[in-house]
Amino acid sequence: MLCENCGKRPATLHFTKIINGQKNEYHLCEQCAKEKGEIFSSSSESFPFHHLLSGLLNFDQMVEEHPLYTNPESQRCETCGLTFSQFKKMGKFGCSDCYKYFELQLEPIFRRIHGNSQHIGKVPLRSGKSIKLKKELSQLKAILQQKIALEEFEEAAKLRDKIRALEHKISESRG
Amino acid sequence: MAVERYLQNAISDWMCDDGPESDIVISSRVRIARNLKDHPFPLLATDSQANAVINKVSETIINGKMKQIGNFDLILLEDLNDLQKKVLVEKHLISLNLANESRKGAVTLSENEAISIMINEEDHIRIQCLYPGLQINQAWEMANKIDDILEKDLDYAFDEKRGYLTSCPTNVGTGIRASVMVHLPALVLTNQMNRLVPAITQVGLTVRGIYGEGSEALGNLFQISNQITLGQSEEDIIRNLHGVVNQIIELERQSRRNLVEEKRFQIEDKVGRAYGILSNAKIIDSKEAAQRLSDLRLGIDLKMIKGISASVVNELMVMTQPGFLQYIANEILTPEERDIRRATIIRKKLLEIK
Ligand SMILES: [Zn+2]
Ligand SMILES: [Zn+2]
Repeated sequence: MLCENCGKRPATLHFTKIINGQKNEYHLCEQCAKEKGEIFSSSSESFPFHHLLSGLLNFDQMVEEHPLYTNPESQRCETCGLTFSQFKKMGKFGCSDCYKYFELQLEPIFRRIHGNSQHIGKVPLRSGKSIKLKKELSQLKAILQQKIALEEFEEAAKLRDKIRALEHKISESRG
Repeated sequence: MAVERYLQNAISDWMCDDGPESDIVISSRVRIARNLKDHPFPLLATDSQANAVINKVSETIINGKMKQIGNFDLILLEDLNDLQKKVLVEKHLISLNLANESRKGAVTLSENEAISIMINEEDHIRIQCLYPGLQINQAWEMANKIDDILEKDLDYAFDEKRGYLTSCPTNVGTGIRASVMVHLPALVLTNQMNRLVPAITQVGLTVRGIYGEGSEALGNLFQISNQITLGQSEEDIIRNLHGVVNQIIELERQSRRNLVEEKRFQIEDKVGRAYGILSNAKIIDSKEAAQRLSDLRLGIDLKMIKGISASVVNELMVMTQPGFLQYIANEILTPEERDIRRATIIRKKLLEIK
């Protein structure tokens, strides 16, 4: 989940706050929460920022309630075991799956290094083919769901055949 | 042993031909980084995992469809002593990182040494193609072709969004590092590099000295390469580098013309002194040798010196590096001993030609 304030960094702080009997949920990244904290403390609700994060707002409880809560530093690649803070120290990944596990944190890093985060160059011939086919497959499956929902069963049956053929092709291209 | 033939000559076969713009561009190189799917990167690989990668990749290169490109020899870094590794680094056939850091590193070299495929460097595979002069397109085409051949047998770590996945985030995407080695004595002499380097950096390229530390470029040799690997196509990266290098060539030529017009005597004096010292000195350190060889080369390019080819200077540049000197001597030498050996090698070489 992305920070609802900046929309760029992963939200790592999730909490609810009750103002005038109105319950509000917050999902913020650390940086935005800090910035907001200054606003909070200088406004009429004059309590320091660290209170905001601790007991007062049931932060700990909210952390448990939110399955999405992750401390980015301790995030770990399940495949090779590298943590994000280890990655930051070394500047090197441990395996290709690290890219998936650290995806959210990496986006700004790629932008800083390359000014970009999306590959537009060469695609490998063999696995590139199956990437294309997989895209096609997920499109067909989406259409199939629509047809079933609309009870157009004849169309759906045709689509199912197409999907089966495509799946066969994909498993073959993997060789 | 297979490695010996790659250590004998300071100058690789591919360097013996003059490439385009060879009065300024020494060589062009394209290196692409690739990794295998479902294998930890070399940094975290156990010895057996690393060996599995060597076996898989070298099998493809030596016995597979790579035959159409040429014959390759596999060299395991653990079979080499420090001097042998140094020589391969000085010839640019392997990286310093492979020589020093990798536990289970290997390299496969083509017979003319134009293609070097490093295994278990920072990435599983690093394909490197070298061409003389300004032939960056040709280097990319060859690397691209080799990549296609390897991919027929190997499953690469590739992601639709991030491209080719590499150990370092600075290589992700295309995994390409294209670089051109240029000799820019006139731009250095006229103090224009300070102005030029930031301009080059601004268009996404980096400049660094080939020998020497940091910004100091021994022998006025610089390497210009792309910095960005993600979000640009390989063709754009090559085109950008090529365009900038063409402009640098023009600037260097213009500076050379100006120097000859305005300071002919000073340049002739510089070149003459270089030749005199190189053919007579009994002791010369690497810094002085690099500078004098650069001066000599400028004299050759400006036709002030006749009868010596630029490739001799290229050769001496590598032969006088510490690793090569000691390899030829077949022993570890003190810096003082090296300076004597260096002077001897240069003297003999220049005497041979005359
Ligand atoms: Zn934020
Ligand atoms: Zn990993």
